[in-house]
Amino acid sequence: MESGEVMKRNLRLKVQILVTIFTNGYAYGFLNGKIYQGPLKYTCVPGLNCYSCPGALGSCPMGALQALLNQRNLQVPFGILGFFFVVGSLLGRFVCGWLCPFGLVQDLLYKVPLFQKQKRLPFHGILKYGKYIVLIFLACAGSLFLFGGFARVPAFCKYLCPSGTLFGALPLLAGNKLLRSQAGGLFFWKLGILLVLVLVSMKIYRPFCQYLCPLGAVYGWFNRFSLVQVHWEQEKCTRCHSCEKACPVGLSVKEISRSSECIRCGKCIKACPARCLHF
Amino acid sequence: MDFWKRCKEKAWLLGTALGLLFLGVGAVWGQLEVIWKKAVMICLECIGIG
Repeated sequence: MESGEVMKRNLRLKVQILVTIFTNGYAYGFLNGKIYQGPLKYTCVPGLNCYSCPGALGSCPMGALQALLNQRNLQVPFGILGFFFVVGSLLGRFVCGWLCPFGLVQDLLYKVPLFQKQKRLPFHGILKYGKYIVLIFLACAGSLFLFGGFARVPAFCKYLCPSGTLFGALPLLAGNKLLRSQAGGLFFWKLGILLVLVLVSMKIYRPFCQYLCPLGAVYGWFNRFSLVQVHWEQEKCTRCHSCEKACPVGLSVKEISRSSECIRCGKCIKACPARCLHF
Repeated sequence: MDFWKRCKEKAWLLGTALGLLFLGVGAVWGQLEVIWKKAVMICLECIGIG
């Protein structure tokens, strides 16, 4: 086998692991139950990566959006909108497929040979809009007034985000006795959500990304015109439907790439015998 | 028709430029500072305590 072929094997998994290690590389935090407080946190990482993870070197985009909406003197959150426009216009949901640590976790869980695998939940056509509801009502409106009254809270992080529980709460509470003593009902609520998602992820492909992730909803909007696209050469296509069978989120060949559900995983490209799909 | 197709193909450039402009405005308004201040404190809501 050529060296290029060896490199390409499991390339996405390698990139996902490297990005997760790189963006959570503050080992001192894991050892001492503390978080990184340096200047790198002025910038966000592209994926859903809790900034209270002891290893996190950058900020979480969803946390950043809510932090700006939680300000007393409310402004248009240009700081994070700019980040979404730059990353979204360049990569779209390529971020979900290749650069998101919580996406990696769900990918690994889907490989666990426990249940019969399914690409989607029943009522997918309706449930897929859940992520937009989470974005609008929990991450945006929820942060502004729904739950906190005048004391604004990051409602998505507080009530739903499983990435915060997995990458933030569990390692911090394991290494910090004081925090552990304060964990109560809210922590167990979030732990319950995480456990349900872990179980469902072993049966359904990336349920959080498909149905609940507000960051996926944001990047999905950019999918139709982002720089990174999966191109389909229609004239070469033999209509064998191999790409559709390989697509983990069950998209048709016409929907691949431009659909807001495509995470640019590249499985369709690999599966195409006529090589009519490419990045 | 071709014109609109070409525009759509280059829309990512406009999006990126707009994003950089927004980032600049955000930085001038001190929003990156707000993000940093939130990110360097343990977020009690994120970990299910606050």
